[in-house]
Amino acid sequence: MHDPQRPVPPLQRLMDNPWLLLLLGVAIPFLSYTAWGWISMMTMAKATLP
Amino acid sequence: MTSLALPVGNFRTGEARTCDTTGLPVCLHAQRFIKLNAVCAVVALLVGAIGAILLGLTRWPAVHLLPADWYYRVLTLHGINMLIFWIIFLEIAILYFAGTTLLKTRLASTKLAWTSFLLMAVGAVLTNITILQGTADVMMTSYAPLQAHSNFYLGMILFAVGALLGVGNFFACVWIARRDKTYQGSMPLVAFGALAAAIIAVVAILHGAIALVPTWLWSLGLMDAPDAGWYRLLWWGIGHQSQQINVCAMVSTWYLLATLTVGAKPLNQLVCRSAFVLYVLFINIASAHHLLVDPGVSAGWKIWNTSYAMYLAVLASMIHGFTVPAAVEVAQRKKGHDRGLFGWLVKAPWANPGFSAFFLSLIIFGFIGGITGVTLGTQQINIIAHNTLRIPGHFHATVVGGTSLAFMGLCYYVVPLIFRREYAARALCRLQPYLFGIGIVLVSIGMSFAGSYGVPRRHWDVEFSGAPFAKGFDSGAHVMLGLMGIGAVLAFVGLLTFILLTVHAVFLGKRNEGRAMTAW
Repeated sequence: MHDPQRPVPPLQRLMDNPWLLLLLGVAIPFLSYTAWGWISMMTMAKATLP
Repeated sequence: MTSLALPVGNFRTGEARTCDTTGLPVCLHAQRFIKLNAVCAVVALLVGAIGAILLGLTRWPAVHLLPADWYYRVLTLHGINMLIFWIIFLEIAILYFAGTTLLKTRLASTKLAWTSFLLMAVGAVLTNITILQGTADVMMTSYAPLQAHSNFYLGMILFAVGALLGVGNFFACVWIARRDKTYQGSMPLVAFGALAAAIIAVVAILHGAIALVPTWLWSLGLMDAPDAGWYRLLWWGIGHQSQQINVCAMVSTWYLLATLTVGAKPLNQLVCRSAFVLYVLFINIASAHHLLVDPGVSAGWKIWNTSYAMYLAVLASMIHGFTVPAAVEVAQRKKGHDRGLFGWLVKAPWANPGFSAFFLSLIIFGFIGGITGVTLGTQQINIIAHNTLRIPGHFHATVVGGTSLAFMGLCYYVVPLIFRREYAARALCRLQPYLFGIGIVLVSIGMSFAGSYGVPRRHWDVEFSGAPFAKGFDSGAHVMLGLMGIGAVLAFVGLLTFILLTVHAVFLGKRNEGRAMTAW
């Protein structure tokens, strides 16, 4: 049983907060996959003709 | 006769009933939408299944059934109905169940649920009609600049918006449940898994909207063709992530079926929830493995998103792969089935289709799907295997042998508990998961090994009949394609059996209102 006097561990607080999970769950893939992927494509140098 | 006492939770009078079998509250509004979405899911499954057998018999060179144009048409139909419509309709049904019954709260909005359902149904019908008219032979990925009729994209957009509204309704249920304190402490584990699936669905559907809206405008002639690389990046944001919704929903289904079939309880809630958090944070990033041979994205992007982040999601699957059987083992040993190392497994209720479907799903997903997935997600191997039959060999083990089989097992409980109708032909029900499971294992193994011989995916005629230069594959590849064909026939018979049994149960099954469902 959880003792109400003891502070709730940070991981437990994260898991009990659906809105924070939603925020992180959207932000992390957007930054790591989508935004970085876009930047990677936009900064690619144009191929030169042989 | 339904229990008259008001169930626990925040339900108003006449808005809920208490389940006669589980004692859980069932919101009557949510129950209607669980039924509607589940029925549409099974219809999509039937359409996809007809496509599956036609494709299986075409890729089997000894049969080679369909002409080329119909092969690509049916491939489009099969992919979208199986990977998008069947799975997401059932996923929305699961969200309504988890968001109301497990959180003991009423459905947030009936109007929103109707809007969501109608958009999804209209979108699915519009897309399917457009495909069958032969104006969208673009396959599921519909890679630009390959262009379909505008109604194909419109149907997909309507379906995605409808699904997003359904997910929004689930989040509103979570908000109401927290406000009204309908559950104590942490959210129940199965509901937490559904929450993880819902978060992943938000990411997937947003990517779908960003990819498909400009593509739809292009198909109407209102803008230029989208950049092919940009489209692929965005499209795989929905294409693969929609399969991660499945993974979360499937794992939640494993936990649910473990409880319903053997009374298992998670051994350690923190470990199980941590694994779901790893899914939420990292599994979407794994979409990058589809672009491992694309020249437009950097090596750093590929390596980070696949070889680092993806493994954190793999770790989550491995955790579930241990915690779910461990929970079953403990429950079985408590019942006295504790002879030797695997006495608990031998004495498991293998005649219960809910159990056999769930456990076979776990084995097929973990061993065949998991191992092939991790290897194909490695850059060096991907560059050899990309666009070969090894890829569908992998995802037929995860999505079909894993998710679809688990969802079939779930239906053996959803129909008696939600539709309150009993399955007939119980012996056939018990046989069905094995028939389907063995069939799909043969499909997956046949495809994977044929792909290892270099047989391409999405190819009508690997013999290149009529080509000026002879080109074919080793006889070993043909053996594997034959194995795939035999597996496809077996899996189709298993799938058709499931659909017929379920449709019969839903419409003609013996009613069980006022009493517990007949135990399997």
